[in-house]
Amino acid sequence: MATVQVSEAEKVYILHGIRDDLRVDGRGCEDYRHTEIETDVVSNTDGSAKVTLGHTAVLVGIKADLGKPKPMLPKEGYLEFFVDCSANATPEFEGRGGEELGTELSNTLYKVFNNKHSVDLKSLCISPGEHCWVLYVDVLLLQCDGNLYDAISIAIKAALFSTKIPKVHISADEEGAKEIELSDDPYDCMRLNVENVPCIVTLCKVGHRHVVDATLQEKACSVASLIISVTQKGTVTCMRKVGGGSLDPESIFEMTEAGKRVGKALHAPLMDLLQQEERLGTKRQKVGFLG
Amino acid sequence: MAADMRLPVIRKPVSLIVSTDRRDLVVPGDVITSDTGFMRGHGTYVDEEKLTASVAGEVQRVDKLICVRPLKTRFNGEVGDVVVGRITEVQQKRWKVETNSRLDSVLLLSSVNLPGGELRRRSAEDELTMREYLQEGDLISAEVQSVFSDGALSLHTRSLKYGKLGQGVLVQLSPSLIKRQKSHFHNLPCGASIILGNNGFVWLYPTPGQQEEEAGGFYTSHEPVSLSDREVISRLRNCLLALAAHKVLLFDTSVLYCYESSLQHQVKDVLKPEVMEEIVMLTQQKLLEQEG
Repeated sequence: MATVQVSEAEKVYILHGIRDDLRVDGRGCEDYRHTEIETDVVSNTDGSAKVTLGHTAVLVGIKADLGKPKPMLPKEGYLEFFVDCSANATPEFEGRGGEELGTELSNTLYKVFNNKHSVDLKSLCISPGEHCWVLYVDVLLLQCDGNLYDAISIAIKAALFSTKIPKVHISADEEGAKEIELSDDPYDCMRLNVENVPCIVTLCKVGHRHVVDATLQEKACSVASLIISVTQKGTVTCMRKVGGGSLDPESIFEMTEAGKRVGKALHAPLMDLLQQEERLGTKRQKVGFLG
Repeated sequence: MAADMRLPVIRKPVSLIVSTDRRDLVVPGDVITSDTGFMRGHGTYVDEEKLTASVAGEVQRVDKLICVRPLKTRFNGEVGDVVVGRITEVQQKRWKVETNSRLDSVLLLSSVNLPGGELRRRSAEDELTMREYLQEGDLISAEVQSVFSDGALSLHTRSLKYGKLGQGVLVQLSPSLIKRQKSHFHNLPCGASIILGNNGFVWLYPTPGQQEEEAGGFYTSHEPVSLSDREVISRLRNCLLALAAHKVLLFDTSVLYCYESSLQHQVKDVLKPEVMEEIVMLTQQKLLEQEG
């Protein structure tokens, strides 16, 4: 993870600020930075989204491919995650530097998203036990300024929302062999139900309080953080502790409650925005990467 | 809890009026001159016998030598520049300091004021206790004493105004945005102080009360800063970022005008694009009025 150096006095300043609920950039402890979301930014994917959260920038592309369902879950499709840490984000990622972080992120994403409670995996099934859609979710980190998990989860939700999977028709010939036919019409497609897709909220314990959406400087002052994935209804689906420090049970409880509250409130503006973008239609002028 | 989500807005193209009457501003590929009588300096190359810019910036001519001074650059220090830097290494008789230049700068043990008076001899013991004065990660303000032949800077803190920095906020901006002035230390009337380092590092800190200089400036207070001071500093920080986002030159007046224009908004709202645009526009108006 990209790290920054912070002097002792700066740490004291940040710590006292969080105690007083006024962070260095004027936010309160449960405020997010300014977020920009755009979907459908990469034309050769089935669904994509770019999210910038402060100076953190994440690009997510989703590609649907035909595959064989897992033997244990014959009636479900599945998701594959890959996180690429671009050396553009920070020079530390050069060579194999970002590999460790990438694996850690993708492992968490598997836990959070790859189950039937989060994503409607049954709808990805084409013929049980034989064919299903596999969604390859590729995450590219373009800039790192803290709070990667939250930014990635927002981007994944937005990308899943914009994913259009072509409809398929199965026809069996005389000998009983099945043939899969993809629809040629680009408008004849299936959309995913993203109602239950969770968003991740990272809470960093700084001093005696916790903050959401920590910047790199604040991250440097915190010893441990809690990653909580929360659905629209406020259900916690996954929880992980990261960082070397320890958390006492009481503060874990407090942080979970705060995470639930924040996570629940995160979904409404996100869905509003995605629907608003959808209404603008295909003629919307895209901003993309250089805008 | 507040999450401000929105669609990205397309950046407006910069008005072209400015670029037409400023012939000395070039972008890469612009032909500076097709006259062969000139010499090729930094930031230029010869393409089909025409002198062409390789960076975006301002053309500078010294006699027959033509250079382009890039706008987006690392810090090229000159003697006398005020810088804010971060200690990255403690070495034999010297500290290495990150100052946003191409090479790490050097702060020699012999060019700092140690506690116990100006004319103190530096003993071997001082060398061993260097880390007690400044350790890795610490921030300092200093002045450029000399420039080595490879471009690395040698710093000094031999004045009471320089030295270790205590509690406050560092904002890292482009060095091209800092306006060169007589003084880079300001106690702003809004209740905070600012060091505008020539290297683009800006330090915001609560205005110190009375000077406590017994420790030679190496002692930093860990007393909590009051909430009102904090708010002023946070607002100034966001104002600096807003000005930098709109490429406004930074000096005490512009920062102060921006601060005043931002007062009608909440601190955390200052960084929203439309608010930034509004307050920067107000600032520019005020600056123009003051000039005219």
